[in-house]
Amino acid sequence: MSIQYYIFFCLALFSIGVVGVLNRRNAIIVFMCIELMLNAVNLLLVAFSKMFYGIAAQNGGATTAGIDAQIFVFFIMVVAAAEVSIGLAIIVMMYRNTHSIDVNFLNRLKN
Amino acid sequence: MGIMKILIGFIILWPLAGFLFNGLGRNYWTKKVIAYKATGYIVCSFIASVFAFMYVQNHGPVTVHYFDFIHTATVNIPFDFKVDNLTSLFLLVITGVGSLIHLYSTAYMKEEAAPHYARYFAYLNLFIFSMLVLVLGDNYVVMFIGWEGVGLCSYLLIGYWFTNGSYNYAAKKAFIMNRIGDLGFLLAIFLLIAKLGSVNYSEVLTAQSLAKLSTTDITAITLLLFVGAMGKSAQIPLFTWLPDAMAGPTPVSALIHAATMVTAGIYMITRSNILFSHSEITQNVIAIIGISTALLAATIAIKQNDIKKVLAYSTVSQLGYMFLGLGVGAYSGAVFHVITHAFFKALLFLGAGSVIYAMHHEQDIRKMGGLKAKLPITHITFLIGCIAIAGVPPFSGFFSKDEILAAAFAKSPVYWVLGVIGAAMTAFYMFRLYATTFLGKFRGTADQENHLHESPIAMTFPLILLAIASAIAGAIGIPALMGGQHWLSHQLIPIVGEPVELGLSHSLEWTLMAVSVAIAMIALSIAIVIYKKKTDEEPITFIGKFFYHKWHIDELYNEAIVNPLNRLAGFLKEVVEKQIIDGAVNGTGKLVQYSSRKLRLIQNGQVGYYILFMVIGIILLFLLWFNDAPILRLLYKLNQN
Repeated sequence: MSIQYYIFFCLALFSIGVVGVLNRRNAIIVFMCIELMLNAVNLLLVAFSKMFYGIAAQNGGATTAGIDAQIFVFFIMVVAAAEVSIGLAIIVMMYRNTHSIDVNFLNRLKN
Repeated sequence: MGIMKILIGFIILWPLAGFLFNGLGRNYWTKKVIAYKATGYIVCSFIASVFAFMYVQNHGPVTVHYFDFIHTATVNIPFDFKVDNLTSLFLLVITGVGSLIHLYSTAYMKEEAAPHYARYFAYLNLFIFSMLVLVLGDNYVVMFIGWEGVGLCSYLLIGYWFTNGSYNYAAKKAFIMNRIGDLGFLLAIFLLIAKLGSVNYSEVLTAQSLAKLSTTDITAITLLLFVGAMGKSAQIPLFTWLPDAMAGPTPVSALIHAATMVTAGIYMITRSNILFSHSEITQNVIAIIGISTALLAATIAIKQNDIKKVLAYSTVSQLGYMFLGLGVGAYSGAVFHVITHAFFKALLFLGAGSVIYAMHHEQDIRKMGGLKAKLPITHITFLIGCIAIAGVPPFSGFFSKDEILAAAFAKSPVYWVLGVIGAAMTAFYMFRLYATTFLGKFRGTADQENHLHESPIAMTFPLILLAIASAIAGAIGIPALMGGQHWLSHQLIPIVGEPVELGLSHSLEWTLMAVSVAIAMIALSIAIVIYKKKTDEEPITFIGKFFYHKWHIDELYNEAIVNPLNRLAGFLKEVVEKQIIDGAVNGTGKLVQYSSRKLRLIQNGQVGYYILFMVIGIILLFLLWFNDAPILRLLYKLNQN
């Protein structure tokens, strides 16, 4: 399958994530949208990795081509998992303090 | 040579020591100590000058090197002093007349408080020091140091009574006018360095260096030097400061504004006579400006009623004669007139000072009269001064003025005719001054009359010495026509060359002399007859008013130069400074304040907004940095595959 499809799909996913972060007020939804963006990037990395591997194999090159992108994906997943645990903890603390998970409510640092 | 180095050093170090002594110790010493030291140092300097003069007479000119003043790869300006016949004559006049005037000042200024008394003598000593540097220097730069020094001292002494506002204005006027001239001198020095790479007299004033200069160069250099002389020696158009300089104490007027400083221009031109002789244009300019100044100042002097103002305009007029002499090539005649003028004009000023002292600082001659009986010594010495300046033989002024007039006649009879008219006016206004002041009846208050007294010995002694000098100084320049040797022109041969043969027959010379003397005698007789009984009232005729108001030259300068400059300064201050420059500076501040007031609204604490701006920022970054769109290119490339 042509790489373009992956690219446009990832672009769509990423844009949905961005718009979600910008528009939604529910902290959990915002959080999910961030995950959506991360995963759009992951998918794109994997897609390109596969593409470069394919090109290298066709030309009889090294079989390790594009392998670093796959490693990136793992790292991103691990970091995202860590981030999720901290983020959810923050949301829990926020709920305890304000009885709300509306991000627009978090404007106490103003001025 | 070593002994000369020390001797010449001493000539200038004595006045410098006096300056430091009085200047630094003005709050500690009594007036007696100050007076003795200040006068004594100048007398020491005079004695050293006499030795230097005798050395030059016996062994010829001497140059001593002290240190390198400016030393670069291309220009070497040493700090050298040179004593030759011209310099040694000036040394004698400066220190000799200077000593007498210091002595005179000790009495004249005795009403001043001790610190001011010390300040006065410190300035006066500093002036002598600067003037000596001016005439001793062996190059134009050292001369310029002295040149500036005397200008500074002139400024300080004119403004000596600094609590009087108008005196301060007079001082500033003198300084600024001098600065205009100094600029010309400075440019001439730069031009010399640019064209010849040297400013030493021994290198500049030679046939070799003249060969390197084109006629235009010589004309430019000499004209610029003349601009310098114009400022210092009060010639048209820079002469108006000298009459105002009379704000200073009278001995200062005698020393600086009559005998020495104002003759610096004549010294400078005589020193550079080789250059000036090679520029016809400059010579004509000098002669025309000289004679015009002589006549203009003489017409003004006729109508003045302030005793010092008359003498001041008379000084300007006599300086004009000297420049006429320089312009027609009679360098030794000009120097001769400098010397005799130093004596008789110092005498006249000191005599005027004695009158002013007796009259308790009254300077208006209309309120004097009949002082002959009360001030016998002042009267007789003043009369000698008047006779000398009027050019009556055998007094000194006759010989020097006649020498200049004869040379002027040889150049062009027009100069001679104008010169004789000027001489007649000189005789007239001097005897008008004399008759109004000393003859007739006393016109002051009864109180003044009761207090009239002859001045103390410290004032009359210099008067007597100067009167003798004024009477007999002509002996140094008796022309061959009268069977004399003309000692002075022989003295100056190394500097100005052999006296030029005028090509006038003896009978013609005698006639010229007789005519000028006769006209002067007639003029002075008329003056005595008119002013013995009456004084000048306010002028009523147009021409009288015109002369009385000094040709309205001050007003002209105000309108033509001072006011436009003031308006320009006002424009720069009000518009350029306040609106444009301040506007730009304040505008920057206001812009930052205004924009930050608006921008801070963005920071509203809503996380969503922050993220939105982040996204916008990232998009902008992409557009800016990846504006050749590598992703699109990549996509295009992939499509090709």
